[in-house]
Amino acid sequence: MRSALITLGIAAAASGLYFAAGRGEASAPATVQTAPAQAGAPAQPAPVPSAAPKADAPGQRVEVPPPPFSDGIFPCSECHAQLTPNRTRRVLTDMHQDIVLKHDEEHRWCLDCHDASDRDKLHLASGELVSFDESYRLCGQCHGEKYRDWRAGVHGRRSGQWNGHKSYLLCAHCHSPHQPHFQPIEPKPAPKRPTRAGR
Amino acid sequence: MDSTLEKKPQVTRRQFASCAAAAAAGFVLTACGPRRLHEVPTDRLKLALAAMEREYRAKFGKAVHVADTPAIPGVLFAYALDISRCVGCRRCVHACVDENNQSRDPEVQWIRVLQMEKEKGVDFGHANPYYEPATVPEDGHFYVPVACQQCRNPPCTKVCPTGATWTEKDGIVVIDYDWCIGCRCCMAACPYGARHFNWGEPTIPSGVLNTETHYLGNRPRPKGVVEKCTWCIQRTRNGRYPACVEVCPVGARKFGNLLDPDSEIRYIIEHKRVMVLKEELNTVPKFFYFYAT
Repeated sequence: MRSALITLGIAAAASGLYFAAGRGEASAPATVQTAPAQAGAPAQPAPVPSAAPKADAPGQRVEVPPPPFSDGIFPCSECHAQLTPNRTRRVLTDMHQDIVLKHDEEHRWCLDCHDASDRDKLHLASGELVSFDESYRLCGQCHGEKYRDWRAGVHGRRSGQWNGHKSYLLCAHCHSPHQPHFQPIEPKPAPKRPTRAGR
Repeated sequence: MDSTLEKKPQVTRRQFASCAAAAAAGFVLTACGPRRLHEVPTDRLKLALAAMEREYRAKFGKAVHVADTPAIPGVLFAYALDISRCVGCRRCVHACVDENNQSRDPEVQWIRVLQMEKEKGVDFGHANPYYEPATVPEDGHFYVPVACQQCRNPPCTKVCPTGATWTEKDGIVVIDYDWCIGCRCCMAACPYGARHFNWGEPTIPSGVLNTETHYLGNRPRPKGVVEKCTWCIQRTRNGRYPACVEVCPVGARKFGNLLDPDSEIRYIIEHKRVMVLKEELNTVPKFFYFYAT
């Protein structure tokens, strides 16, 4: 009897120690871990330091999906190769009447961005030709702040991994270059108002 | 000295043994009882998760994966939302419902988009979550989506009488749905209205159930427990963005690691005008609102 009680006591003490230690380790939830990633972390998703290609290094090309052309519009040279460029600013009547320019239209027109000699390219203010998949450089000439934010991943939509590869979109994927202001959209349904029983 | 010692009441062997036995029995009884899921040893947790998967398979008729992905060391999550961009389209609300298995009827939504008047500024007294125009944004208004602010000084976890809610090491405030007794003290304590109660048996059509779940996040909940945003713990602990970030059509939502100096979050805090909701309450949210323009 006595030895049984003593054994029980010892077992209780031992399990007490075990559980106390276990709980102490597992709880303490309110503390916030500030130490950098430990090397010996067991099989877990890749820790923080993002070796992902940083898009905000100036001059570095950003990987983007293909530009959002309307169907059958590109390459422009398909039609324009046979035409002699008319560099006079005018209202278009033969083609492209559907394009309404609402993007500083008082000061600019087609050939301020599109190149007259190489129809499949755009040009910067410096005259440097850029392809449509690098059009962000053209936009960035005026919208420098937005361009920097976009490169840092702050302007525009991102998908992918917060600690790894992020997918970027061109400015033109969200903003029509000819009418960059966002069009209003239809909202999803509102939440239900709380109801009271019997009403 | 000797006399005082002699006067002390003696504990007999029998008394000592009885007390020890009672203490041991009491302790064993306590230790054998249920424990919060984050405290149980890994092997027992795996058993519990397997039991949950069986239960959900029986209930929804399809395989559901319940993960226990731990916090990534060296990561403290933070979120930023650009109030100057949000158009109030509620795409985030519904993407969240789909991702996180919220009850469709009765309706539970973790994100609430508040329409506010530009003249009044951020003013909860005049905010309207029920706006329903044909198109948004409406003139003279701006929109403030509010979900859990993942406070560093959270009032909700302090008031929980059962310890069913706590802050994880990566800063996400989570709930153990098996330990929640539904007293709703946390809902009273939360100044953001971010916690939601399952007043009725949650209904999720089997066809739209998200089968990739986390035991502290989007696994299906029973009636009578509180739930809230977990920054898509089942996605973000695997490196992905929360569902609301990816769905936002204007790119107003940003997410990342507060401890990584190169993260988007740190760029925003260092370069933009940033605010938190109800700063005066000293809840220290990790959810920041900013103005990029």
